[in-house]
Amino acid sequence: MITSLALFLFSKKLLRIRSNILMGKDFSANDEPIARWKNVFLLALGQKKMFRNPMVAVLHLFVYVGFIVINIELLEIVIDGLLGTHRLFEPYLGASYTVLINIFEILALLVFIACVVFLVRRNTLKLKRFISKDLNGWPRSDANYILITEIVLMSLFLLMNACSIENNFIVSSQIQLYLKGMSAYELNLIEKTAWWLHIIGIYAFMNYLPYSKHLHILLAFPNAYYAPLAPKGMMHNMPAVQNEVIYAMHPELAPADAAAPSSFGAKDVMDLTWKNLMDAYSCTECGRCSAACPANSTGKLLSPRKIMMATRDRLEEVGKNSILNKGFKEDGKSLLNDYISVEELRACTTCNACVEECPVSISPLDIIIELRRSLIMEQSNAPQEWNGMFSNIENNFAPWKFAPDDRDAWTKQV
Amino acid sequence: MKVNTMAEMMADGTTPEVLFWVGCAGSFDQRAQKITKAFATILDKAGVNYAILGKEEACTGDPARRAGNEFMFQMMAYQNIQTLNGYQIKKIVTTCPHCFNTLKNEYPALGGHYDVIHHTQFLQELIENGKIKFTDTNEWKGKQITYHDSCYLGRANDIYEAPRKVLESLDMELIEMKRCKSKGLCCGAGGAQMFKEEEKGDKRINTERADEAIAAQTSYVASACPFCNTMLTDGIKNRKEEVNTEVLDIAEIIAQAIQ
Repeated sequence: MITSLALFLFSKKLLRIRSNILMGKDFSANDEPIARWKNVFLLALGQKKMFRNPMVAVLHLFVYVGFIVINIELLEIVIDGLLGTHRLFEPYLGASYTVLINIFEILALLVFIACVVFLVRRNTLKLKRFISKDLNGWPRSDANYILITEIVLMSLFLLMNACSIENNFIVSSQIQLYLKGMSAYELNLIEKTAWWLHIIGIYAFMNYLPYSKHLHILLAFPNAYYAPLAPKGMMHNMPAVQNEVIYAMHPELAPADAAAPSSFGAKDVMDLTWKNLMDAYSCTECGRCSAACPANSTGKLLSPRKIMMATRDRLEEVGKNSILNKGFKEDGKSLLNDYISVEELRACTTCNACVEECPVSISPLDIIIELRRSLIMEQSNAPQEWNGMFSNIENNFAPWKFAPDDRDAWTKQV
Repeated sequence: MKVNTMAEMMADGTTPEVLFWVGCAGSFDQRAQKITKAFATILDKAGVNYAILGKEEACTGDPARRAGNEFMFQMMAYQNIQTLNGYQIKKIVTTCPHCFNTLKNEYPALGGHYDVIHHTQFLQELIENGKIKFTDTNEWKGKQITYHDSCYLGRANDIYEAPRKVLESLDMELIEMKRCKSKGLCCGAGGAQMFKEEEKGDKRINTERADEAIAAQTSYVASACPFCNTMLTDGIKNRKEEVNTEVLDIAEIIAQAIQ
């Protein structure tokens, strides 16, 4: 019953996230499936980007492989619980069962070690991306809760195995040595307790996932699949604006019923694409983007990580609003201005360092650009120097105020 | 040396093998003009049949687009594509990574399809094909140099090797900065930052990058972008290191070594 309740709540929340993501604008990314699957294997499954820092990558790999493999054992644990059996698979697998459980135990130990290292690293080493004010409040606790939960879950798993005296598994047998003085009854009680805590813990963790930054373990895969395949320097075209310009040059081409597009760029989350919104849910707030950002690392307000966190926060808010009011009810707020300031947007050099660093194929730059488009084209909000640059381009065909006739003046000096 | 324009070539009934897209910085900025002249000299000496658009060239629209002004970008793109398609241009080489990126990646969606290469790639080709011959007294040989990756060549278009190969062809000793290639730090000019003051912060981005360049302790810093060149030169000047560290475009280095 607990199993079905946990699964029910989990799927309900996932469906809600899916509908939030689908509030975004449509965009097609189904071309070149081979290249896209390659990205899934290299970036998501292979964690290629993580290996930019090998030490951390190996520890992260322990947790990742541990997570996947130990979940296989979870199958037995759950079925045991449902049928009231004990180590149901053992008779069928014979000697290989011990080998299998030994592998699980070694992984559990590695996960345990990695999480302890991560917890210590996160809280004692003064790494800029961990002490950053981006993480103040809930996000910082969130990260610690996840690590502590993993440590507790792994301890329970090992303790559970240590209490089944008839078995002699590689890691838990070491723990068994400390339990020698106990009676069979006591051991059985501890095993049962550990079993229950472990299974409840797993379900709780599963349901905590969608509320935490940890959702990347699921979304990294679709996010890698839908990652842009074009060179990173290419910005999305705006066919609506392209047509406006063509119609201005050739009025005869304009259809009689041509209506001007309703808005340009993105002011709020609904104006972004669903990929931008999936990016927001995929973000695990590691901060590699902000550490590499030239603006952030020289003390500017812009932080690509904060762009993603703000997008997710606003999306959650809009999602709740939509459910409460059966459709989004104007709340006088928007992603632009209320969540992300003009000063942040202005500091971006579009250098793509954030996009390059992200291990789960997120593009904070894409969101920054869309918000900038809205700022300029909807609000005519530009710094004076940019307005000067625009008018120079318009009148002199160069961003500076030079006479167009002098464009080839250099040829007379060679 | 005569630099032909497309209009002149068309009047003569000839077609160049490649169009040299000079860019606004290369045309008007005094420092960048030196890079343009160096590259034109190389093309001339290597016997490349090239032309420029001259007065018909206009801003690609890159800074307007990145600032968020898509209308301005579309207008410039429309105008340039009309000109380029009018001359039936097939191949373009440019000394500016921003022009390069826009012409190569963004014009195709608007009907401008060209084979676009950056001058560092073109130089690499010319050297490999033996079209560029160096003087016997190669003064660059053994000299230490560091290369600054332009974002719009590197991360934006995955071009990391061509500029390095060109420097190595001169037997220079390439010393990498702390952050290089895909981890390279921006000079601070991209995204239309060149045309406005930086936001409030602890440090200027170009000073940060200049400090890394100075820390490499080479006499020369190679750049492949006129904007990076300006930003790094200014940064190094701010640190009063300009006597020890000179910023040069790869085309300028080759031009000094060419026969």
